[in-house]
Amino acid sequence: MSDAPLLDLRNLHVGIPGRGAPLDIVRDVGFTILPGEAFGLVGESGSGKSLTALSLIRLLKKPLAVSGGEILFKGEDLRNLSDKAMRRLRGDRIAMIFQEPMTALNPLKTVGRQIAEMFVLHRGMGWGEAQKRAVDALASVHVPAPEERVRAYPFQMSGGMRQRVMIAIALACDPDLLIADEPTTALDVTVQDEVLKLIAELCSARGTAVLLISHDLGVIANMCQRVGVMYQGRLVEERDTYDLFADPRHPYTQGLLGALPRLGSRHGEAGRQRLVDIDGMIADRESLSREFCSEARNPVRDPRQRAGGGA
Amino acid sequence: MRRFNLNLWLGGGLVLLVCVGAVFAPLLTSFDPVFDANLMYAEEPPDAQFWFGTDEQGRDVYTRVLYGARISLTVGIVSQIINSVIGLSLGISAAYWGGWWDDLVNGLTNTMLAVPSLIFALAIMAILGPGLPSLLIALGLTNWSWTCRIARSSTLSLKGQGYVLAARTLGYGDIRIMATQLLPNMVGPILVISTLGIGAAVLAEAALSFLGLGIRPPFPSWGSMLTGARELIVIAPWAAVFPGLAIFVTVLGFNLLGDGLRDLLDPHMRSRTA
Amino acid sequence: MRDGPPAPLLEIRDLHVHFPVGNTLLARNKRVLRAVSGVDLTLGEGECLSIVGESGCGKSTTALAVMGLQEPTSGDILFEGRSLTGAAGPSRMERARIAQMVFQDPYASLNPRQTVHRSLAAPLRLHGTRTRSEIDDRVADILLKVGLLPEHGARFPHEFSGGQRQRIGIARALILDPRILMLDEPVSALDVSVRAQIINLLLDLQEDLSLSFVMISHDLGVVEHMSDRVAVMYFGQIVELGPWDAIFANPTHPYTRKLIATIPDPDTILHPDRDRAAGAAPPPPAGHRFHPEDVGRPDVYAVPAPSELLEVSPGHFVRCAPA
Repeated sequence: MSDAPLLDLRNLHVGIPGRGAPLDIVRDVGFTILPGEAFGLVGESGSGKSLTALSLIRLLKKPLAVSGGEILFKGEDLRNLSDKAMRRLRGDRIAMIFQEPMTALNPLKTVGRQIAEMFVLHRGMGWGEAQKRAVDALASVHVPAPEERVRAYPFQMSGGMRQRVMIAIALACDPDLLIADEPTTALDVTVQDEVLKLIAELCSARGTAVLLISHDLGVIANMCQRVGVMYQGRLVEERDTYDLFADPRHPYTQGLLGALPRLGSRHGEAGRQRLVDIDGMIADRESLSREFCSEARNPVRDPRQRAGGGA
Repeated sequence: MRRFNLNLWLGGGLVLLVCVGAVFAPLLTSFDPVFDANLMYAEEPPDAQFWFGTDEQGRDVYTRVLYGARISLTVGIVSQIINSVIGLSLGISAAYWGGWWDDLVNGLTNTMLAVPSLIFALAIMAILGPGLPSLLIALGLTNWSWTCRIARSSTLSLKGQGYVLAARTLGYGDIRIMATQLLPNMVGPILVISTLGIGAAVLAEAALSFLGLGIRPPFPSWGSMLTGARELIVIAPWAAVFPGLAIFVTVLGFNLLGDGLRDLLDPHMRSRTA
Repeated sequence: MRDGPPAPLLEIRDLHVHFPVGNTLLARNKRVLRAVSGVDLTLGEGECLSIVGESGCGKSTTALAVMGLQEPTSGDILFEGRSLTGAAGPSRMERARIAQMVFQDPYASLNPRQTVHRSLAAPLRLHGTRTRSEIDDRVADILLKVGLLPEHGARFPHEFSGGQRQRIGIARALILDPRILMLDEPVSALDVSVRAQIINLLLDLQEDLSLSFVMISHDLGVVEHMSDRVAVMYFGQIVELGPWDAIFANPTHPYTRKLIATIPDPDTILHPDRDRAAGAAPPPPAGHRFHPEDVGRPDVYAVPAPSELLEVSPGHFVRCAPA
């Protein structure tokens, strides 16, 4: 493995510019990803993990914007790239897969065409050749009968199959970095297992680095060599995965690990003990995140209205 | 950070203008719309005394337009209330109960949508004869299909929500669930479609009265005023222009208000169902 | 803890729920989707029974059938020996005091147009509590029980976080003092830290109010933590049923083993050698084979092949078919 990092994120700040006092939702986040390495970013909803990923590929939704820091990809700061150059990079060198494959795929195009588009767009192939490559790409993600499935539409496939198609599209151009944002949260556990194994297998075979974002510590533990824990927009702990689980240092990480009912943690009748409660540290996180994140489901904009209360 | 909602303010302003005219008509004019006919002043152009001029019988067009607003708004609002009640009860119950009732309501709705509602209203007016009550019935029975459709689709998406299921397990009756759990959660889209419906009813009233099937002369309806002014269009155009303008302003006002309400309520609805 | 097996509070007998598919006015198609085909379960007083399985296995349909939200195609559901289904069953009002449900999505489970107080007071009024002070006392009491404050009653659901909403959902389920709480994925929509609080709350309430739980879940960590007994469902049938420790320490059916093996578990990184389902698969009882043997995707429209639940150890049943 080469020593030069593939991605070097330094002091990233994401916030809403020009709003009186600047309100940063992601604060001073920095980490590096080496070529071929799998890096996990774990945190709860509103911790800023998805915003961090979106700012890497400059897909933040307005009014959010990167308000500070450097995003060095192969030594070049992505913040200085033109929009055109950034578009060329996305899908070619940096690919992304999302949580819900049904919304990320175009419902009106066959999956074969959506894969072929990547070859046409980034490799300048003709449609005929690209279609042939699409069959290979589907075969590589273990979709059965790929010659027939290239003509299928997304709605004709199961969730697991759609996520495989997303992976085929993402990896079509052999990117250097794959960003996977909660790639299996919408899937059943046995399907999740298959999809995670597929991502691990393909990326290690091609030397693709992975930035895996998840709220599920189990998924991260099984997939990543290093983990960053995000909390309230900050990276509170960044460690080798084994060290983190064996000896979590930050109180939030400790709380997170203790709050999780884990398989095999209950022993005998007395084992139905209370779980660790890590509330109290979470007072204003929720108001912050809900106000500005795209995930916010809440029509109320005024954080003062949600002050007080238990959970 | 919401964008200024021009439709809402402009539409609301126009509707308010018409409402004020209708409600305070006796205070805004010194003439009587029907009995102050004076052939000496027939077909006078607009001036300081007759702001909108006079018609062929010498009645003040301004006064008649003001009183006409009372009829237009009454017809528009009352008939839309009838439409909403029919559309909501059919739409909600069809989606909630399903089965043959849903098939029946769907068939009925599609039939209503296939036949232009004005033709339907014409047929009903022909049977009932002219006059305000029959106008209300005719327009109230013929324009509920969109309300019904929206109520039905809202119910279909709401009835699987946890709070509706919870209400069932808590022992609520079906009607109570429809009234307390389903109806309040679709007021937004229903309000929008009702506002647009009032505009459509105002237009339909004018059309029917113009054809002589609605409000009969000498009572001042904008439609019947147009009928009377048809022959004067060259000599006294003001007698036709001002009632026409009133119809235009009212319908435009309600349509803008409806669009504005939709803009106002849509992001809410989206974030709530997300 | 308990002396002997508790008497069944709730009993599900040979429950079938079938959905006709492609049956329209024009095309009468006899295909039926067998969402639940032959489920037998009992729930003891004070017990927590979990039904686990993946989406489409029929666990939610079973829950809805128990709640009276889904008409069973055949079979019987009994509460204290009395049938809940059919004409002889209890009224909607009686049924409401037997079992209540806590829903998965706290954002969709509360009426956005009603204050918390109204959501909680309306069922009381419906069930005959008349005086205002009585209602207010009961609402305040239940809010305190679920860890909220009485003054929270005046607020609307959108003013609360996900965890608080789930507390309100639990309060609504408890307001009529039911005997059974049906928990449909009660924490899977919540953040990890909030999950722990809600699980703790549910366990406390179970003890304080002597409730019985039926929990529907796919999260085996939560299931292991909360359950007394576990039923594993796979395409409309129970394939394994037993005490929680038997299911997790000694999973026997191939599907249960697959399910447990695929849970991403942070502990595997610390103990890579300790693979829970890696031990030699126990053999099926003599003269039998596990059913179904192949846990791929079976045909949900086909009539399932004959099979039965065999007891492999006390209270631990596994679905087998004659070899």
